[in-house]
Amino acid sequence: MDPGFFVVQFLNGLATASFLFMASAGLTIVFGVTRIVNFAHGSFYMLGAYLAYTLAGIFMDAAYGAMSFWGAIFLAAVIVGLLGILLELVVLRRIYDAPELFQLLATFAVVLIVQDLVRMTWGGEDLLGPRAPGLKSFVLVAGRRFPEYELAMIFAGPLVLGALWLLFHRTRFGVLVRAATLDREMVGALGVNQALLFTGVLFLGAFLAGLAGALQLPREPANPYMDVNIIVEAFVVTVIGGMGSVTGAFLAALLIGELQAFGILVFPKITLVLAFLVMAVVLIVRPYGLLGRPQAESHGAARAGAGLAAGTPLQRGFWLALLALLLVLPLFADEYSLKLMIELLIFGLFAFSLNFIMGWGGIVSFGHAAYFGLGAYGAALLVHHFAWPMEGALLAAPLVAGTAALVFGALCVRLSGVYLAMLTLAFAQIVYAVAFQWVEFTGGDNGLIGIWPASWAASRTVYYYLTLAVSLAGIGLLWRFLYAPFGYSSRAVRDSAIRADAIGIDPRYQRWLAFTVSGIAAGLGGGLYVFSKGNIDPEVLAIPTSVDALTMVLIGGVETVTGPLAGAALLTLLKDFVMPLTLYWKMVMGVLILGMVLAFPKGLVGILADRLPALQARPAERERPA
Amino acid sequence: MTLLRVERLHKSFGGFEAVRDVGFTLEAGERLAIIGPNGAGKSTCFNMIGGQLRPDHGRVLLDGEDITGLPPRAVWRKGVGRTFQIAAAFGSMTVAENVQMALMNHHGRARALFPLARELYREEALALLERVGIRDQAERFCSMLAYGDIKRVELAVALAHDPRLLLMDEPTAGMAPAERHALMRLVSAIVAERGIAVLFTEHDMDVVFAYADRILVINRGRLIAEGPPEKVRADREVQAIYLGSTVESPA
Ligand SMILES: Nc1ncnc2c1ncn2[C@@H]1O[C@H](COP(=O)(O)OP(=O)(O)OP(=O)(O)O)[C@@H](O)[C@H]1O
Ligand SMILES: [Mg+2]
Repeated sequence: MDPGFFVVQFLNGLATASFLFMASAGLTIVFGVTRIVNFAHGSFYMLGAYLAYTLAGIFMDAAYGAMSFWGAIFLAAVIVGLLGILLELVVLRRIYDAPELFQLLATFAVVLIVQDLVRMTWGGEDLLGPRAPGLKSFVLVAGRRFPEYELAMIFAGPLVLGALWLLFHRTRFGVLVRAATLDREMVGALGVNQALLFTGVLFLGAFLAGLAGALQLPREPANPYMDVNIIVEAFVVTVIGGMGSVTGAFLAALLIGELQAFGILVFPKITLVLAFLVMAVVLIVRPYGLLGRPQAESHGAARAGAGLAAGTPLQRGFWLALLALLLVLPLFADEYSLKLMIELLIFGLFAFSLNFIMGWGGIVSFGHAAYFGLGAYGAALLVHHFAWPMEGALLAAPLVAGTAALVFGALCVRLSGVYLAMLTLAFAQIVYAVAFQWVEFTGGDNGLIGIWPASWAASRTVYYYLTLAVSLAGIGLLWRFLYAPFGYSSRAVRDSAIRADAIGIDPRYQRWLAFTVSGIAAGLGGGLYVFSKGNIDPEVLAIPTSVDALTMVLIGGVETVTGPLAGAALLTLLKDFVMPLTLYWKMVMGVLILGMVLAFPKGLVGILADRLPALQARPAERERPA
Repeated sequence: MTLLRVERLHKSFGGFEAVRDVGFTLEAGERLAIIGPNGAGKSTCFNMIGGQLRPDHGRVLLDGEDITGLPPRAVWRKGVGRTFQIAAAFGSMTVAENVQMALMNHHGRARALFPLARELYREEALALLERVGIRDQAERFCSMLAYGDIKRVELAVALAHDPRLLLMDEPTAGMAPAERHALMRLVSAIVAERGIAVLFTEHDMDVVFAYADRILVINRGRLIAEGPPEKVRADREVQAIYLGSTVESPA
């Protein structure tokens, strides 16, 4: 092959790397200081692009020449930086000491809100920005054309790196940022105004994101999906580089950029997966990334988690009544309500399985959609390609998901806290990418259709009873496990891994088993789901599915047994009633999540338990004395 | 009979040598104390014996069997129970459940899926709590206990699998003097009645001299003196380190 081609490909890789670095630098800096993984970083990036579009339009109309273009980009970045300050003041400031789950969900809620705000303001169409004045042409590289703008951008990344180096080594603010990244306590001890430092860091982080988004505008149109796309890539870069390390992010961006440039030649089919595979491999070899440092014990460790109370007669009565109601429901419910109930039961199982490891095992999975979706896809593929009957496919669903959980879990449980959450997310994205790109087998984007129940279960009523029986069996088993030694062992590891290890429990092994059990249960839910819908597409594996499950747990109450069920019911019903009424469902979701995190972190069932002591057999938990 | 033999144990963190070539033996039925100023390397020794830390070199022999570098759970299985300087218990479980958890492991049923955990080995657990004097706290959550009581929970938990050796890193830290003596009397009685050995560390010299059969003194990671209390008390170097005063335990 022609060597010129490789040179151009290499330059493409450098340009990509440059952008990836600029988009990730702010994320890693913010994480380093605040220990918050800020999903909204993607929103800042997107806002940078949109604002630059609007500002460039205004300035160029006013005909200020080349300066108007660059001025628009700079101004957009500054405005986004100010929005970063707003985020810090309104949201982040309240959750620095909250568990990871709350932080991840709160910043994701901001993503949802911004998505709808952007759609309100700029519409849903792609907006093509102006080309950069003076950089509209091509240069010849080894006999091939290479865009001038791309060439310029190759230098932008290192320029930003250099500027950050100066900032971190030559200014008081930068030195404080570095100190805080190494040791937060120390900065507190130095008497630094921590609030001001954090606000400043958010400005810096958001400014960098906005800058990256604005600079991106001449390459690709601004669109409402760019936030999630970039945040996923930025996570990969940040995690590979080591969270908190700017230099690490630069190296990781180079690695990923070149890998994408050349990977597409070697493995055109798995470009999406490639980055996540690299990330998984890096985390397996170096659990804290290339230049990262181990985190101190996660926030959750110092808090006393919830305990388990024996059921009271009142509670038992309540569940029996509910069961009776569910059993007679088809007598008076219409088709549509039954369909809704089926969904509710399935998501109840899914959310319950998530909280089995999260609330009761301290394992925050941000990619639980993988196991739900693998159950669904496993069943659908067996039906579609191998003509399996529904019964067999339903049995296989939990096995497929369980096998994946066994493999992924083995790698995930080596980590803890945010790193674990990121690795679970990475695995979910790998599965998503495979489902999306392996068109011949999975149907790609369109998915698979015609996955209907067996003829005996074809009526809505029968399928309702089937779902009721299977999901209640799944929930019932998990519930029982929580009260059995198995659940106690998981909780022991969550409460104090060092004590657990000193009385014979292998913490990692226990976490692994719990993770697998949870994956099996989620897969069972996925199997039920696909037959209730009749079709499947990669959306079921995407981040929103994981977030739905997390939200259900959050709404119901993390540190409760039944919370996930209440949360699943509430969110499913809410979606059903509210979604048709508004164009801006995401905004509703975002506000709901944010409201729960900030105002009711214990969730509905948690609040109920506090208000109605009669429901509880034992006194409520207090903080452990220091 | 030599129950525990530690040979040339060594550990450094980065370039800092926390424990340097420490060796000693511990006889069955013996109460051996390790003393030394803050940062001397006492906890690091405990952690290398208990499996929480892997020594750089050196060996730990339990009853002649090499247990060096085994993970904590394996050391536990060999018959070693321990308590931590910063008490570690399961805050979301009751006192009884903490002990039951250890018993479930002892009986190999910690991963059973169906029995109700709160009913397993309850009588045994209550008996152990009775023995350490906190039977009346059995139904309280550990997260709500006074610190001194958590230390007793730890002791009950450490005794659950009938250990041959107890490791107790500052068992009485955070207690009032009277309570300290009560706890150490209890430990001594248990050691005697079960014929087990205990290795403990303490900052309260009254406690050390009252309850140790033999004392090891380490300073800056090095063993500097060893012997019965009278001999250690008379040691010049030891006196120099402690400046003739008792060292206050850290907060
Ligand atoms: N994980 C670690 N990483 C780095 N240094 C450590 C680590 N653990 C202990 N050290 C250092 O090793 C030295 C010995 O610590 P160790 O905890 O064994 O002391 P100690 O004798 O138990 O002190 P204290 O009486 O305060 O409990 C100390 O200087 C401590 O700072
Ligand atoms: Mg110590």
